[in-house]
Amino acid sequence: MVKESKMAEMQRVGEVIEASTTDFVAQCYELYQIPPLGSLVKTGDLNAELYAVVCNAATTSLEPGRRPIARGKDETSEEEIYRSSPQLMKLLKSEFGALVVGHKKDAKLYHHLPPQPARIHSFVYQCTPAEVTEFGQSFDFLNILLNARLTVPTEELVAASLRQMSQAHQDPRVFLVAAGKELAILLSGNLNQLKAILGRIRQ
Amino acid sequence: MNERLGIVVSGSLTKGVEVKLDSSASIEDMVVGRFVTIEGQKRRFFGMINDVSLGVIDQKLTVTPPDTADPFIAEVLAGTSTFGTLHVSPSLVIGGDAIAILEGPQPVKTVPSHFSVVKLATQQDVELVFGTEDEKRFFIGNPLDMEVKLCLDLEEFVKRSNGIFGKSGTGKTFLTRILLIGMLQKSQAVNLVFDMHNEYGWAGTREGGPPVKALKQLFQSRVAVFTLDEENSRHRGVSTDGVVRIGHDEIEPEDIVSLRQTLNLTEPAVEAVYQVHRKFGKNWLQNTLDLKDSEEGRELLKELNIHESTFQNLRRGLATIRRLPFTEPNPPTNAVKAILEHLDRGTNVVLEFGRYRDITAYILVANMLSRRIYTQYQSRMEKATATAKDNLKPRPLVITIEEAHKFLNPEVASQTIFGTIAREMRKYNVTLLVIDQRPSGIDSEVMSQLGTKITCLMDNDRDIDSVLAGVSGRSELKSVLAKLAAKQQALIFGHAVPMPVAFQPREYGSAESYRDFIPGDKAETEKDIEELWE
Ligand SMILES: Nc1ncnc2c1ncn2[C@@H]1O[C@H](COP(=O)(O)OP(=O)(O)OP(=O)(O)O)[C@@H](O)[C@H]1O
Ligand SMILES: [Mg+2]
Repeated sequence: MVKESKMAEMQRVGEVIEASTTDFVAQCYELYQIPPLGSLVKTGDLNAELYAVVCNAATTSLEPGRRPIARGKDETSEEEIYRSSPQLMKLLKSEFGALVVGHKKDAKLYHHLPPQPARIHSFVYQCTPAEVTEFGQSFDFLNILLNARLTVPTEELVAASLRQMSQAHQDPRVFLVAAGKELAILLSGNLNQLKAILGRIRQ
Repeated sequence: MNERLGIVVSGSLTKGVEVKLDSSASIEDMVVGRFVTIEGQKRRFFGMINDVSLGVIDQKLTVTPPDTADPFIAEVLAGTSTFGTLHVSPSLVIGGDAIAILEGPQPVKTVPSHFSVVKLATQQDVELVFGTEDEKRFFIGNPLDMEVKLCLDLEEFVKRSNGIFGKSGTGKTFLTRILLIGMLQKSQAVNLVFDMHNEYGWAGTREGGPPVKALKQLFQSRVAVFTLDEENSRHRGVSTDGVVRIGHDEIEPEDIVSLRQTLNLTEPAVEAVYQVHRKFGKNWLQNTLDLKDSEEGRELLKELNIHESTFQNLRRGLATIRRLPFTEPNPPTNAVKAILEHLDRGTNVVLEFGRYRDITAYILVANMLSRRIYTQYQSRMEKATATAKDNLKPRPLVITIEEAHKFLNPEVASQTIFGTIAREMRKYNVTLLVIDQRPSGIDSEVMSQLGTKITCLMDNDRDIDSVLAGVSGRSELKSVLAKLAAKQQALIFGHAVPMPVAFQPREYGSAESYRDFIPGDKAETEKDIEELWE
């Protein structure tokens, strides 16, 4: 038990600070410790686990309205800036948004939206390769990604998530080809988008 | 090998079904003519691939093709945005319940439902449809691209006249030899082969190789070789069983009818034949040629109402016949009788033409002998029917002729013996096996009477059309036929097969192939055959 929670602890990347049915925003515990774009994260409670794909991220000032100012004129490197003003680390925060793509309830995985959104302050974990592989067995989530309103271009996010997921698979190419075929069907009416994505995941 | 090929996506009973190829199946492996099964919800269908095409989901792909140099993209698009389709025409169906399975495959009356899975046929499928080797089924080759024995029911085959077609060098002669062996082994019928090019009796030629053995070498005691050219046969080392000489008085007006074209006779000249025949009787040919250009002769022509030029035309023609070295006024032996004796004993007869390969000789001899043998059959059959004694019926006879269009073209088919045989089916226990490279030259009515047709590659559209005339699913078969290999591939359809199938005739000509044709070891075969006589 102890060991398990410790494992979970290691992958914990942040905490939900804003949530809706389709997505949530989490704040990272460490500045710049943001899970990669397109990677699979999960959050939730005993009731249900939500799976989501990291769809954007930002590092901003903690206090709204106060913008950081440039400080490096007399320093020799970026590290030097943080070293001479350690309080900086406390004034900035990293956040990321994640698009909910599925959930797990009673040990069963669903590739569609959960009945409830995530709760504020619930912990967000990076999924393990085993979880990624399991989730990647169905490509139903692609449809959610393709139809979401996003701040990043859809092609970028879809490609990034597939690239991320492929890393967890034994043979990334086989996974990407299968995903590509699914996309070819989903995007049968949108050849340009298909080409754009395939170009970004080609092996 | 029970590979899944794809799923049915559309179609109709009359036009066949469209099958979307799975992306895992390569379109380049899908050859036309391949035997496939479709697993419907309740029934299994059997059919043949008769077209292969490429589809794209979005026409834009054809305008701006993706970067297919990239194997990843090519792999992704294969089977999704771009896909292959097969056109399959189902011809047989078998139901899933016990009764249906007992009844075996039946002609199709419906199509498989949407998304039924299409697979390559298996050995069991082929055997279910065409049967396995047994006392009447003979292994003739393999269905295209399959290592399974395709069998033909020869007892059924010989019930009708049949045809073997294909352009020159496609394997008609080899196929015929195989079928002759089959009939010899698996049917009650006995064969009479008019062997224009000396290929069936003792040995046959093979392109780019040593000669192949023919019937007599393989089945000595069941085959007799007759020759028109004794010297030539001896020269070739053939041990013959008889020499055929044709007496001038054996030639009848009907024989001249079929020679009209080759002898260049005019219409009136042919009519004159009947007149002189009436006048002179049996010795008409001799007498006509002996007719002097005298007052007497002219009187006679006048009496018979034959014009001088017509007579000259006729004389030239008859002189050609008399010059044929195997004709003579009074031959010592009766060829028809000798051949019939062999046939009655169940011995297959091959008549070699030796050096006399010209078409006049062939038409004359084949016509003359066939007509007389047929007359015999006719009277014996009538006697057997009248007395209701089945044992008096003569053994079924299959007469094999090459260059069939010379005998069966529309102009002569109605008047010659072969036209009669083809039309009468097996009324008198005689049927034909016609071999031809120009089937469009054969009378269409005769073509429609042929029970089973086996055709190798043909490239002339008229020939293809004449072979397929009246066959259901013609356009589908046409695309299969047009794509056969240039050698040793054929399409069989008609009476003796449950469904059309493209196949590769079995190998003929290696020592191994001969062994396979002769069941059991040599000594045993001879013994078996001896027993047949008892
Ligand atoms: N079943 C077979 N086994 C082995 N070889 C074959 C077979 N069928 C055809 N061939 C090859 O094809 C060649 C031509 O075959 P064949 O002589 O039967 O043609 P054909 O159709 O009778 O030609 P033609 O119209 O000129 O008489 C043969 O010499 C042989 O080499
Ligand atoms: Mg030939």
